[in-house]
Amino acid sequence: MEEKKKFVHPYIPNSVPEIKAKMLKEIGVKDIDSLYEDIPESLKFKGELNLPKPMLSEYALERHVMQILAKNQTCQENLSFLGGDCWQHHVPAICDEVNRRSEFLTAYAGEPYEDHGRFQSLFEYASMMGELLEMDVVNVPTYDWGQAASTAIRMAGRITSRNEILIAKSISPDRLKIISNYCNPVVSIKLVEYDLKTGQLDLDDLQAKISSKTAGIYFENPSHLGTIDGQGQIISDIAHKNGALCIVGTDPISLGVLTPPINYGADIVCGDVQSLGIHMQYGGGLAGYIATRDEEQYVMEYPSRLFGITHTSVEGEWGFGDVTYERTSFHDRVDGKEFIGTCSALWGITAGVYLALAGPQGMQELGQLILQKSQYAMKRLSEIKGVKIPFPNSPHFKEFVVDFKESNKTVKQVNKSLLKKGIFGGKDISAEFQELGNCAVYCITEIHTMEDIDRLVQALDECLNKEK
Amino acid sequence: MTKNTKVKNFHQAKWDEPIIFELSTKGERGILFPEIEKEIEAIVGDGFSKLPKQMIRKQAPQLPELAQKQVLKHYLRISQQTLGADLNVDIGQGTCTMKYSPKINERFAGSPKFTALHPAQDESTVQGILEIIYKLDLFLREISGLDKFTFQPGGGGQAIFAMVSIIEAYHATNNEGEQRDEIISTMFSHPSDAAAPTVKGYKVINIYPNEDGLPDIEALKKAVSKRTAALLITNPEDTGIFNPKIKEFTDMVHKVGGLCGYDQANANGLLGITRAKEAGFDMCFFNLHKTFSSPHGCGGPATGALGVKEEISDFLPVPLVEFDGKKYYFNYDLPKSIGKVRAFYGAVPAILKAYSWIMSLGSEGLKEVSRIAVLNNNYLLKKVLEIPGASAPYAKGRHRIEQVRYSWEDLYNDTGVTTEDITYRMVDFGFHMWSSHHPFIVPQPFTLEPTEAYSKAEMDEYLAGLRRVVKEAHENPELVKSAPHRSVVHKIDHEPLDNPAKWAITWRAYLKKNKK
Repeated sequence: MEEKKKFVHPYIPNSVPEIKAKMLKEIGVKDIDSLYEDIPESLKFKGELNLPKPMLSEYALERHVMQILAKNQTCQENLSFLGGDCWQHHVPAICDEVNRRSEFLTAYAGEPYEDHGRFQSLFEYASMMGELLEMDVVNVPTYDWGQAASTAIRMAGRITSRNEILIAKSISPDRLKIISNYCNPVVSIKLVEYDLKTGQLDLDDLQAKISSKTAGIYFENPSHLGTIDGQGQIISDIAHKNGALCIVGTDPISLGVLTPPINYGADIVCGDVQSLGIHMQYGGGLAGYIATRDEEQYVMEYPSRLFGITHTSVEGEWGFGDVTYERTSFHDRVDGKEFIGTCSALWGITAGVYLALAGPQGMQELGQLILQKSQYAMKRLSEIKGVKIPFPNSPHFKEFVVDFKESNKTVKQVNKSLLKKGIFGGKDISAEFQELGNCAVYCITEIHTMEDIDRLVQALDECLNKEK
Repeated sequence: MTKNTKVKNFHQAKWDEPIIFELSTKGERGILFPEIEKEIEAIVGDGFSKLPKQMIRKQAPQLPELAQKQVLKHYLRISQQTLGADLNVDIGQGTCTMKYSPKINERFAGSPKFTALHPAQDESTVQGILEIIYKLDLFLREISGLDKFTFQPGGGGQAIFAMVSIIEAYHATNNEGEQRDEIISTMFSHPSDAAAPTVKGYKVINIYPNEDGLPDIEALKKAVSKRTAALLITNPEDTGIFNPKIKEFTDMVHKVGGLCGYDQANANGLLGITRAKEAGFDMCFFNLHKTFSSPHGCGGPATGALGVKEEISDFLPVPLVEFDGKKYYFNYDLPKSIGKVRAFYGAVPAILKAYSWIMSLGSEGLKEVSRIAVLNNNYLLKKVLEIPGASAPYAKGRHRIEQVRYSWEDLYNDTGVTTEDITYRMVDFGFHMWSSHHPFIVPQPFTLEPTEAYSKAEMDEYLAGLRRVVKEAHENPELVKSAPHRSVVHKIDHEPLDNPAKWAITWRAYLKKNKK
């Protein structure tokens, strides 16, 4: 029956009735229904899917979708100070230009010959991340920081043959949820307190909780609260003395100015590359990285694809391929390490473009810019009546906590009031970090001008001290 | 007529493009960032004085230094050395559902009305994108018959892992967590169906196919017990054969108290034809980057949209997007939730593109997608079987759904030419040809999936490529075995990739291991 209808959709060339008929004849059946012979009648869906009437013309579709998207108010149209696992940075035009190329956008799983460029761009991504991190092994990106940290922890469990992990309590609560689910019930988690005055890891609590069962200690630096922990070497020494690994999560955009974690003893480093040239996309721009030293016992525990460089039969030609493919679940469905599939490769390519554009000077200048601007914002905000900065003497990068307790207003109230002025206030963490008071995390990047920060200060002052 | 279709005298772009570090010239700049305001500097200084000394980076990262156009040129050249689906008759990457990803959807995903949204914005400012997320949930409920979807999983593997997490939480809630320590899967289901459960400590039982190529129901009978936590299965599997006994499978697992998860990563032959609900599944997932047209992006961003029945919807990851008749909002109130599997709400660009794709097709269009995908597949099957040396093991004389796992075993026996050799020779004509996941149950396997996106003429062109290579395998096997000849590069030396003393996963590692 269906064959008689003239439904020729632009995405379906063989909808043309004459072609359909020709192919059916070639196959030797009278209609398409006959091709579904193996599906029992009882399982066949007889009704009509209850879906909206389609927008068949491209114009109608564009109008429809754009009208829905028009209901959004963006961080471009407003002034946003939201951070916390997704950040608003400038996205260089070249980053978009490259990741929108058909060749990269629509490639998938070809061989390292016809997809040579996919392998090269991801090898170069890993190589540039390697320079930033001063580490020799970086994976093809996984889903996000949460997955990267989860896998780093499971790698530590396998490397040490232990099944307990210590995690700094200043971690992003969402990330902790991801890790908890990924570890349960194989690896158990113990939280290590942080110092309420400095935001740094509580070393006494670490000493009290670490044991011969500990596979590793995971902490973030800069932390989710924006603080920089200068005790990295002490923490990794404690871990190593106890036969445990030191795992550090870090935002790579901080590494133009901050020393890479390997320099204070990290064994595995992980994080997200969204800050490196990838639009926020409502959280859709995330991609996780995992980095280690080039030691066999580490390399063999990665579940990820690892692309390596090699030569070909022709002198002077670079070739690429999977390093130790047999580790992966693609090769061994039961004994492969964890599992591997489609993750976030395009964002890895994009982050590579970003690092190539920024170069050593760019990363340094950018890092310094963020340090200066966030320090300025912290200082100005701390001067507002009703605002307290919980870790005023600690070094910070990009993000810092703001406490509104003294103002007797909730973060929700403050943000509502700011929203009316076209400002997206900091991310509300009052429910998750009650011990800090009534707090939000504010994020300052290179996109914020002094004028923007001053506007925030004025708006906050009005909202806390002039409005009811 | 098809016999006369000629293969193209193809040659891929070959720039001999260096590694980006080799293009570096000290001092060049690719982009400049804003200058710091003098007033800020006067107040806070250089920004470093507050940092502990040991935390300050001593040496700048050894990144390459290139001017802007030079970065662009480098990446455009290596993009040309990548065979994206937009450029080829991409029916050779079976199981991957390489269909057309409409460009209008890229326009939506590139709009600042979407790209510049932060996931923690106030709900009142994101009603548009929440509407899209919620409505796609409604659409997929229709397509699957299930009751609630989450888009959090960032791919098929993570969706399977989320299913396993729900399975584990469900049995733990019923105090059967310890007892139910086995998950059953099948050899022709995706490797992650077996690999993801092991992350949670499950013992995995893999059911092998019987002589018809279907998972052996007798083996399943022996496998199910009080220890069974769940069945994770694809249907059709990679063979493209629909398992008509699937309801018996799910009944059998339910009878012993297990749950049933349907891996519908690829559902391209079944839209509006048959659904997870009627087959007795408690859960299923669709890969939005496969069936629902979001582009594959060299391997993500991606989404494994996970749907469940009402009875287990409390276990879904948080938050869910709901609608109260006036506004869209997040629901975090799920006390039994597994928590989270991915940050925020998933790979939202894929959600937006899948929504737009469904809106461009509607009910009739979706059905047409599947029917044409199946028509194309069976046309291709008919034609491939006419090629000497090619076969389609199992289900002889029967039709397949959306893909087929073929075999070059006969050709190999005749000529010594392997699937791998043919894969590399097909590259010389601008085609992919994928073999299979491991282990190779079908000897010398290759898997083709033409989807709805390719015309008859395009399929004929691909077939001409296969015929040409088969002819060469007989007449000049060396030519095939030494391929590719007209791709970006020539035969790769694999030895260093498996040798710890030589492998180099980064440029710095390569330089260390190859000191001149």
